[in-house]
Amino acid sequence: MSLNNLTIKEAHDGLKKKEFSSVDLAKACLEQIKKTDEKIKAFITVTEDIALKQAEAADKKADFSNPLAGIPFALKDCFCVQGIKSTGGSKILANYIPPFSATSAEKLEKESGVLLGKVNLDEFTMGSSCENSGFFPTKNPWDLERVPGGSSGGSAAAVAADQCFYSLGTDTGGSIREPASFCGTVGLKVTYGRVSRYGVMSYASSFDTIGPLTKTVEDAAIVLNTIAGHDSKDSTTPPVAVPDYTFDLKKDIKGLKIGVPKEYFVKGMDPAIEKSVQEAIKKFEDLGAKIVEVSLPLTKYAIATYYILVKSEASANLARYDGVRYGFSATADSLSQNYLETKAQGFGPEVKRSIMMGTYALSAGYYDAYYLKAAKVRTLIKREFDQVFKDIDCLVAPVTPMLPFKLGEKVDDPLQMYLADIFTVPINTAGVPAISLPCGFAKPQNGDKELPIGLQIIGKHFDEKTILRAAYNYEQATEWHKRKPNL
Amino acid sequence: MKLTKEEVEHIAKLARLGISEEEKEKFRDQLSSILEYVEQLKEVDTDEISPTAQVTGLENVMAADVISDCDEETMKKLVASAPMHDDNYIKVRGVFE
Repeated sequence: MSLNNLTIKEAHDGLKKKEFSSVDLAKACLEQIKKTDEKIKAFITVTEDIALKQAEAADKKADFSNPLAGIPFALKDCFCVQGIKSTGGSKILANYIPPFSATSAEKLEKESGVLLGKVNLDEFTMGSSCENSGFFPTKNPWDLERVPGGSSGGSAAAVAADQCFYSLGTDTGGSIREPASFCGTVGLKVTYGRVSRYGVMSYASSFDTIGPLTKTVEDAAIVLNTIAGHDSKDSTTPPVAVPDYTFDLKKDIKGLKIGVPKEYFVKGMDPAIEKSVQEAIKKFEDLGAKIVEVSLPLTKYAIATYYILVKSEASANLARYDGVRYGFSATADSLSQNYLETKAQGFGPEVKRSIMMGTYALSAGYYDAYYLKAAKVRTLIKREFDQVFKDIDCLVAPVTPMLPFKLGEKVDDPLQMYLADIFTVPINTAGVPAISLPCGFAKPQNGDKELPIGLQIIGKHFDEKTILRAAYNYEQATEWHKRKPNL
Repeated sequence: MKLTKEEVEHIAKLARLGISEEEKEKFRDQLSSILEYVEQLKEVDTDEISPTAQVTGLENVMAADVISDCDEETMKKLVASAPMHDDNYIKVRGVFE
């Protein structure tokens, strides 16, 4: 077994016992990237020199009190890191080198983390397949003809292919959970405001969250311990205390009340997914949890609500890429013409569509009918979750209605692509936390390779602890997380 | 109802987004089908419901109105990030024809 196949926990234990060094870990990951990334295409930038330097420094310091010290990781390329090209997956920032770092990146650096590089994503995190990257698509390590999911597709593929120990991604409507599900990794979407967004390129500011993609549930808790908390640079991070997320992880789940929302089992979903999730629910019962059927009737309006609000916020956020202060600029003579040409040349199709959609929903005469209406329905969706959580501890549901699809299969039909997010967008609309973890494998109808299936566990605001505990108990009672793709 | 070409052009102008003739046609179709899909929200009764933009209950988070220092090096890098710059200034194209 190579060192890069270890989990964070195992690598940390080895570092403490001096069985190997941080440089050994970094070299193993870099070797794996060299060996496999031509096929997978997870990395936009590999920071080999920086990784080796940081690993050497971690070995020299030899302070492994934080379990992330000396552990190599990758960042989604929408995280700004000082002095390192950070593109957001967009041609408009193809050569952008930020003069500052994201708070989360800074925290990992401070704890002697080892940055292997920046990984691929859908342009400015808009997409569910990684095909909207301005540079190249990433492939699913379980089947190279299929998408890894998105938008954190590079993060999920890199973790699944053991190119890194963990990766940070972002989740606005499923962008951590869907790729985690498609690639068979763990992905944690935190409560809105739990992790600072400072220095991470914005998609929709009232939905965006930052979280880890890892090989195990325990690793996700370990990463969250370091990145969570209030940040004076992000005013949407409430001063809620950060518990030790690993503390109660191993406590059993006897008596835990788990809700199963009936609206998350819809006609048209892949029967293999429904079967795996039902089996997982049975497993929770075996572990002593109490299963209750619940109803979230507004679920069917979540996609419409989500897309109006998110595209509206996106159209405002994207106005900053105007070719004046940073990034790509066209060469027109007048300022107004240069705006038009910079955006026309710099943005890809989904980003342009988002700007158009959002601008329309916010424009005079349509604001009340679209934006305001959706913001009101959002209130009702959030209330519905609050109501359900009065009687239960967490919810379980599928992550996606479909198995990983083939590259090119849905790229020309935006509405079909949006429907891949049907079980993940309601969670961001309500702002609650959710985790995705492997709960089975199945062959798709149009393929012969087994593909991972994800289980989603959804919790109350700022109650990441309970969903991590439920996920840990399930994971330890099953073997799914031990499977590796054949590369 | 399908958006007209003029409507698409108007939205693109509001967003200062240059789009080609081909894109105008494509957006007419795609935006129309998305708008048709979101029409379903009309079914939800939202009378007397306030809109939500903040899900964790925070409001009006204030910060002291003080300028925080920026070191010389960072300042230089910030200005150097601009496509056109001169000394310590960011250059902008002419506004008047």
